[in-house]
Amino acid sequence: MFSIVRTLWDVFLHSFQRRVTRQYPEQPAYLPPRWRGRIVLSRDPDGGERCVACYLCAIACPVDCIALQATEDSNGRRYPEFFRINFSRCIFCGYCEDACPTYAIQLTPDFEMSEYKRQNLVYEKEDLLISGTGKYPGYNFWRVAGVQIDGKDKGQSEREEPPTDLRQLLP
Amino acid sequence: MAIIYIDDKPHQADAKQNLLHACLSLGFNLPYFCWHPALGSVGACRQCAVKQFRTPDDKHGHLVMACMIPAVEGTRISIHDPEAVAFRAGIIEGMMQNHPHDCPVCDEGGECHLQDMTVMTGHNYRRYDFPKRTFRNQYLGPFVNHEMNRCIQCYRCVRFYREYAGGNDFNVFGIRNTAYFGRYQDGVLESEFAGNLDEVCPTGVFTDATHKHHYTRKWDLQFAPSVCVHCGLGCNISPGERYGTLRRIVNRYHGDINGYFLCDRGRHGSEFVNSDQRIRQARLRRNGQLQAVSKAEALEHIRQVLTSSSRVIGIGSPRASLEANFALRAAVGERNFFAGIFQRELRLLNRVLDVLRNGLAPAASLREMENSDAVLVLGEDVTNYAPRMALSLRQSVRQGPMAMADKLKIPHWLDHSVRELAQDSKGPLFIASIAATRLDDVASETYHAAPDELARLGFAVAHKLDDNAPAVSGLTLEQTALAERIAQALRSARQPLIVSGLSCHSTAVISAAANIAQALRRTGQPSRVTFTVPECNSVGLALLGGRPLEDAFAAVRNRAADTVIVLENDLYRRASVQDVDALLLGAKHVIVLDHLTNATSTKAELVLPAATFAESDGTLVNNEARAQRFFQTFVPQPDVQESWRWLRDAIIASGRQDFAAWENLDHVIASMAVEVPALAAASKAAPDATFRMSGAKVPRQPERYSGRTAMLANIDLSEPKPPDDPDSPLSFSMEGSPDQPPSPLIPFAWSPGWNSYQAWNKFQEEIAGPLRGGNPGVPLVEAAAQPQQEYVRDVPAPFQPGDGEWLIVPFYHIFGSEELSIHSHGVKQLSPGAYLAMNDKDAERARLRPEDRIEFTIAAISYQAALKVRADLPQGIAAIPAGIEPLQGIQLPDWSRIVRVA
Ligand code: SF4
Ligand code: SF4
Ligand code: SF4
Ligand code: SF4
Ligand code: FES
Repeated sequence: MFSIVRTLWDVFLHSFQRRVTRQYPEQPAYLPPRWRGRIVLSRDPDGGERCVACYLCAIACPVDCIALQATEDSNGRRYPEFFRINFSRCIFCGYCEDACPTYAIQLTPDFEMSEYKRQNLVYEKEDLLISGTGKYPGYNFWRVAGVQIDGKDKGQSEREEPPTDLRQLLP
Repeated sequence: MAIIYIDDKPHQADAKQNLLHACLSLGFNLPYFCWHPALGSVGACRQCAVKQFRTPDDKHGHLVMACMIPAVEGTRISIHDPEAVAFRAGIIEGMMQNHPHDCPVCDEGGECHLQDMTVMTGHNYRRYDFPKRTFRNQYLGPFVNHEMNRCIQCYRCVRFYREYAGGNDFNVFGIRNTAYFGRYQDGVLESEFAGNLDEVCPTGVFTDATHKHHYTRKWDLQFAPSVCVHCGLGCNISPGERYGTLRRIVNRYHGDINGYFLCDRGRHGSEFVNSDQRIRQARLRRNGQLQAVSKAEALEHIRQVLTSSSRVIGIGSPRASLEANFALRAAVGERNFFAGIFQRELRLLNRVLDVLRNGLAPAASLREMENSDAVLVLGEDVTNYAPRMALSLRQSVRQGPMAMADKLKIPHWLDHSVRELAQDSKGPLFIASIAATRLDDVASETYHAAPDELARLGFAVAHKLDDNAPAVSGLTLEQTALAERIAQALRSARQPLIVSGLSCHSTAVISAAANIAQALRRTGQPSRVTFTVPECNSVGLALLGGRPLEDAFAAVRNRAADTVIVLENDLYRRASVQDVDALLLGAKHVIVLDHLTNATSTKAELVLPAATFAESDGTLVNNEARAQRFFQTFVPQPDVQESWRWLRDAIIASGRQDFAAWENLDHVIASMAVEVPALAAASKAAPDATFRMSGAKVPRQPERYSGRTAMLANIDLSEPKPPDDPDSPLSFSMEGSPDQPPSPLIPFAWSPGWNSYQAWNKFQEEIAGPLRGGNPGVPLVEAAAQPQQEYVRDVPAPFQPGDGEWLIVPFYHIFGSEELSIHSHGVKQLSPGAYLAMNDKDAERARLRPEDRIEFTIAAISYQAALKVRADLPQGIAAIPAGIEPLQGIQLPDWSRIVRVA
């Protein structure tokens, strides 16, 4: 009996305490930059698509919700022909970001992606691509990789010697 | 067998082998690069280091390269010794110094031996911060992509290309860490086996150029155990599919046939599966136009046709499976089943089967050919007709020199020493052919002549071996002396081999080969024979029987038949336009089942979309009469189905309900075994559809197949259930038994830690030996215990060049002559155009010059081509490329005049 009365009293006292309910969405929540939310595909500092269609995010994904197809432009730069994430399956574990060797795929502090139709949770490359570098400003995979692409000849990557002259015989 | 001690534990090892071979055979993971199971050891990469101890008390030991030390009795080594482990890690780190940061865009990634070995040795962070050396790449042709920065200088590629495959337009250039592997300048690699560089190279320097535009990682491909359909040898392949298209073909190890290597036609010839010429829906002729119709409409039409026709005949095909041909035979009845090839070819095939059945000499597998120490090739240009065989014959010439190595006690696997010792000496290989072949560079002697002369030479060799064999009169001195030398070589060999086949279309040549085998047998010399055949199921078709194609033409001409069903056979490639037109237009109804739109299918009344090898299961019989099962790689568009299923549906539609019992492939095979006893053993080619491992099916997809919940999400969010496979014990899924499947069911090679093709190590009884449980396939021809002793006595008369006429023979081309592979871009690029080749003296006499436009006439039809002049062609003979447009449907050999077109 006493405990019931006491509980009622406690509840009553709470009506004079500070509100904790937040008036979302008028009052947005602070999310730290490393929050694992909506996934984006970023661009390299030159504005090119960062993703090189290596399939590592797809294999790392524990729910297998990433599918893509690699293709190449005529100068050897590889990129995804299509890139699809099924967010109705994604568990926002961030393994794809971990696996990505180019910092292309990144999880962002945004979770506002509810939809009335589940089908709308399937994002294609056009939906995923952002215009900037995201969390990792400086990195450009192609400046480190050894392959030749448009605008970067053999030997022009970071820490590379010029292409070997096969006709010289000096030791 | 010897006992060796690995980390103090005794193990059985083959004393004739090296320690690396022993360790890998025993299942240890020891990293290596330069050693290759088919290429032997050179000790170049220093990756396979282990510690060797002199005695049980030796605690100090010394580092040795496992691939260079024989596994002799009592050898004591340690794989896990800290010094050896550190040494191996150091070697990898050294190799990685200059290695580019390419894995994400490297086509080798995910199946890279270098990645695997790096992980195995535990090297994971780069300490070297100085600039890396770089190279320019080369254009190497349509099949092979070059990215030289990734090279670790293991030398496997040049050893394979030059020493194993005999190519000489590829080499190593430069010095020290700038050694460069490529051609002296950009250009198409000349070797027909260049595509194997993709697999031989442990890194991504050489990758499949045809795979690039729709590149998919190995872990994302759906594979099936399959068999190459581009020639009669039956090499085993692993096709890989993703998103409903065939992405690539890689080698599937078979210890008796292809071993580790394929030819480039087999590896790159399957683009036809994705071709936009594919027939993907049934088409029915309405108002003169072929229009797409549904499956039900097609079957309704078939019902009307079959119930209203008085006599239906079926034309089978040597490129369709046994089951498809048998289903056609069941649909039309044995009497109305035509083999789809001419009498001439059928007779040659039956002659070959007679020889195999007679048991004069066992049929040699490609592996056995490698071990033959004297070879006579009679009439064949194997590189172009049965390509992979050329690679095996190239190895056979090393058997002679191996005897020198044996004398000096040099083990056979010590590759560099054996080659140094052998220098240019080669075991006997005699090539008697119409003109020069791509194997001539390793031949001890070559002889070029007309088919009849080749046969006469063969008969003469048999007579030299055994006086009872028929003698050949009127031989030239040159022929007699050559026959004597060949006989001498065969007589003194341990395992002589006679290679012949169908490419010169001469029964006499095959009989001559049989006589040689007979003569060797009678003189107590065990020999082997092998015959090449034109298509992937030529032998199966001959075993199934059926009447020749000309009889089908006659049946329609005489109005004995009014409906024709053509199974996977473009008749215009076989017979003249007149004959095929008469057949297709003369018959009231023509039903064609095929993969691609072709001349025949465009004339049909009803076209049914037949599944290709990658979309169906079935059995093919290769040139040794080995029946092998190929399995479906992926599920095609809904209307495309196996030819046998279409035919079954047709039979049911025509009112024979009992055929509803043919629910899956096994039922067809079972009824085939009853009706055609010669094919009964085909059921044992692979486990049937009820086979399970630990209660589960064999998964077609690798464990890490990705994207399952996104691949089709653009169409529908709910993932469909994986398709059922009623026909085989394989599943269209990554789920299934984790156990190693029996050899005919291995879809792809993978083992934990071994993502590259080197994983085949884990599937073999012994490295480079048979697959566990035996190599796939069963022989369909039993050799008689008591061979028939008779010699063939009809020796042909000497060849007489015609007066103003030439004997026109077909020349086969690895790229271009085969019907399906020509739809691949690379194959098309490398195929020759139409030509007619003629001896230079003949051309001079006829006042013809190279590139002249000439005309010849066969069976009253004239054909035009550009003239080529070749000194190696015998006089009186002219050659045209086989199967190349527009020179198709010509019955050869035949005589014709050759005139210049004004
Ligand atoms: S891991 Fe990164 S680079 Fe690779 S496919 Fe995914 S997003 Fe693209
Ligand atoms: S060769 Fe292997 S290790 Fe080198 S870049 Fe290619 S995948 Fe990576
Ligand atoms: S190209 Fe490949 S096979 Fe050749 S040496 Fe380099 S790594 Fe070895
Ligand atoms: S040799 Fe014949 S069976 Fe073998 S891969 Fe080449 S075409 Fe295919
Ligand atoms: S594998 Fe033994 S040294 Fe290369």
